[in-house]
Amino acid sequence: MTHTQKRVFINNAVMVLSTLSALVGMGFLLWILSVLVINGVEALNLNIFLNEGAPSGNPDGGLKHALIGQLYLVGAATFIGVPLGILAGTYLSEYGQKSKLSETIRDISDIMMSAPSIVIGAFVYAIVVHPMGHFSGWAGSIALTIIMLPIILRTTDDMLQLVPSTLREAAFALGAPKYKVITQVVYRGAKAGILTGVLLGVARVAGETAPLLFTSFNDNFLNTDMIKPMASLTVTMYNYATSPYEDWQRLGWAAAFILSMFILILNIIGRLFLLKKKGR
Amino acid sequence: MNNLADKLFSNISKLVAISVLLLVAWIFTTLVQNSMESIKALGFDFILGNKWAPNIEKFGALPAIYGSVISTFIAMMLAVPVAIGVAIFLSELAPAKLKTPVGVSIELLAAIPSVVYGMWGLFYFVPIVRDIFGGVGISMLTAGMVLSIMILPFMAAVTRDAMNTTPDILKESAYALGGTKWDVIKDIVIPYAKAGIIGSFILALGRAIGETMAVTFVMGNVHKISFDLTKAATSIPVTLANEFNEADSGIYYSSLFELSLLLLVVSFTIISIAKFYFLRRKRIA
Amino acid sequence: MATIIEITENKALEVKNFEFSYAGTDAPSIRTLNMPIAKNSITALIGPSGCGKTTLLRSFNRMHDLYPGNRYSGEILFHDRNILSPKEDLIHLRIQIGMIFQKPTAFPMSIFDNVAYGMRLQGVKNKTELADRVEKALKDAAIFKEVKDRLKHDANGLSGGQQQRLCIARAIAVEPEVLLFDEPTSALDPISTAGIEELIVELKDRVSIVIVTHNMQQAARVSDYTGFMYMGELIELGITEELFVTPRERLTEEYITGKFG
Repeated sequence: MTHTQKRVFINNAVMVLSTLSALVGMGFLLWILSVLVINGVEALNLNIFLNEGAPSGNPDGGLKHALIGQLYLVGAATFIGVPLGILAGTYLSEYGQKSKLSETIRDISDIMMSAPSIVIGAFVYAIVVHPMGHFSGWAGSIALTIIMLPIILRTTDDMLQLVPSTLREAAFALGAPKYKVITQVVYRGAKAGILTGVLLGVARVAGETAPLLFTSFNDNFLNTDMIKPMASLTVTMYNYATSPYEDWQRLGWAAAFILSMFILILNIIGRLFLLKKKGR
Repeated sequence: MNNLADKLFSNISKLVAISVLLLVAWIFTTLVQNSMESIKALGFDFILGNKWAPNIEKFGALPAIYGSVISTFIAMMLAVPVAIGVAIFLSELAPAKLKTPVGVSIELLAAIPSVVYGMWGLFYFVPIVRDIFGGVGISMLTAGMVLSIMILPFMAAVTRDAMNTTPDILKESAYALGGTKWDVIKDIVIPYAKAGIIGSFILALGRAIGETMAVTFVMGNVHKISFDLTKAATSIPVTLANEFNEADSGIYYSSLFELSLLLLVVSFTIISIAKFYFLRRKRIA
Repeated sequence: MATIIEITENKALEVKNFEFSYAGTDAPSIRTLNMPIAKNSITALIGPSGCGKTTLLRSFNRMHDLYPGNRYSGEILFHDRNILSPKEDLIHLRIQIGMIFQKPTAFPMSIFDNVAYGMRLQGVKNKTELADRVEKALKDAAIFKEVKDRLKHDANGLSGGQQQRLCIARAIAVEPEVLLFDEPTSALDPISTAGIEELIVELKDRVSIVIVTHNMQQAARVSDYTGFMYMGELIELGITEELFVTPRERLTEEYITGKFG
């Protein structure tokens, strides 16, 4: 074999290997996805949305408590985390810019985005659950807020920086004060991007389980009082899936399916926003 | 009036931004404070001790540390080559029609909550591992494998992104000298994107080591160091997930906080290395 | 119709009825183009941007095949074989027909390894042979003196002009028969540009050269033949001096006198 033939042979071998690994990787992921869809759809029925949790063996058991709990937990986190994140991101992009302080905040936020979420749970346990003496919905929401904050902050920062500086200058040239330039011009220019950041941030915390295990804990019944322990889809999934009861396990799959679809849809909408923006 | 509003807006936003730093500092100090009892009482025995027996107030974290290291190691060993293969496929090989759909679905799979990967692992993967490797299926090996599948989409996507930063003109120059696709990938694309690729692997490692739900289902939380990978084991996050709600004594709590602190410090370090050493935001050309 | 002069020397390449369309577009970028390329001389391709000159150049070493969906027909003859044939061995073709790009493309490796790269691809392993040929190529590219003490250094530490010469050294090290230059000085300062032009002229004793340039003065300075392209067609091919002084086509005249472009 000449050297070139050898190179071509190795090339073909590597290309086959890489295609195979892509197939294997995609195969596993498709497997997980199909398991999720098949088990989820099979377990879905109207009762799931109408009924609260029930002891195993009771055919009327549903996920209403977890769905509503999830809404409360993620809703409260969004309500607190989004304005704070946008404000902080605004500071970085519009005021701090390349200052040492801004760069440090950016670096720390980047790290926080990948930090283990269970540690956030431990932190909130120490500052909220322990002093209060019991688990609570608020504790869970606070944990989720802490996880969401750096995501919103960094996307807001990035998206605001993409707004052309000529737009700001044009507004300043009309004599507008800085806060008006930011709130009326810059925000408008970065609307789609910030919204994408919010959607991705919500999607990210909606799938969190670990930081809720010992903050909001769980409740098998409907509770809308955030001072008390509160059910979430994720912790319910964990508890039901590890239970020995088949009907609970089925409900766990239903929860997994509902939650994953919700998260996927948020991700897809977020991407579409960005695409639409790029298209213009 | 405008002046006042301006000042108010800038100061409030600055305050919120700084509070992010304070929050991180607060997390660290809180964990340190709550770990003090265990640090004082156990010292280095905490890290070096291999007996974890809350009933007799023995807290040696070595089995959990060992489990974290080994399960993450298994995950990386399996995921790295596949991720490189997928990235090569996506950036250099796939027909244009496949590139975007396959690429986007991989990114979307990275968004699926890890608890779903854990559930899948428990119901579908554990029996397979049991049949092939023996044991009960709940094991270090299973945990490493499920973890590898969970980090694969993230790793493949960022590796592809890093490879895609190679300018076309540089690749064309190598093709123009008679290079094959593989020549171009190994001599041009990988060296060019090296920092980005290594950075993303380390970042994935940092995430994997703190991952809780994908492994909690399939690891077993057994505090015992075993070189038999088919035996149940534990890791730091698995211990936390399983025991935080059960801790009943001060020292038990404190040692769990020390575990959290250890985990946070380790992942902070790993992620910082990835971010600051390999993935500087803008590379200077 | 196009005015194409007879080439008296041997031909390095001959384009016959060549048509080319990029992926996803219906309108061809090049339509029924015929053109001879003289051996051991320099042929410049000029024309307004989008006229197809770079597209044509990149067809000579089948660069377009790197991207799926491009369509072409006709023939490009090289040693009497049609290199557009699907059976053409692209690795071999690209060794015989080298290319220099708009921007310097130093690989992320040392200066020595950059120049040795093409030879190593061909399986040259002998250390002294490699060293000799690298040195010769660097000398031929008039850059040896500047880099001889830092052959092991990263090539990206060189200036733009030096990098472009390094790329030329890299290309000639594998002893191609034809060299394609795609606006090789568009990213360089005037002094480096003059150096590269001088080098191109020196090279023509050993290789046949096709150069795409947006700079008419450059075409006039370096080339023996000039082809003027417009909207995917070759309007005129002539001896450079004649084409610039007494163009035969009205379009050529309008272009070189700056009426459009």
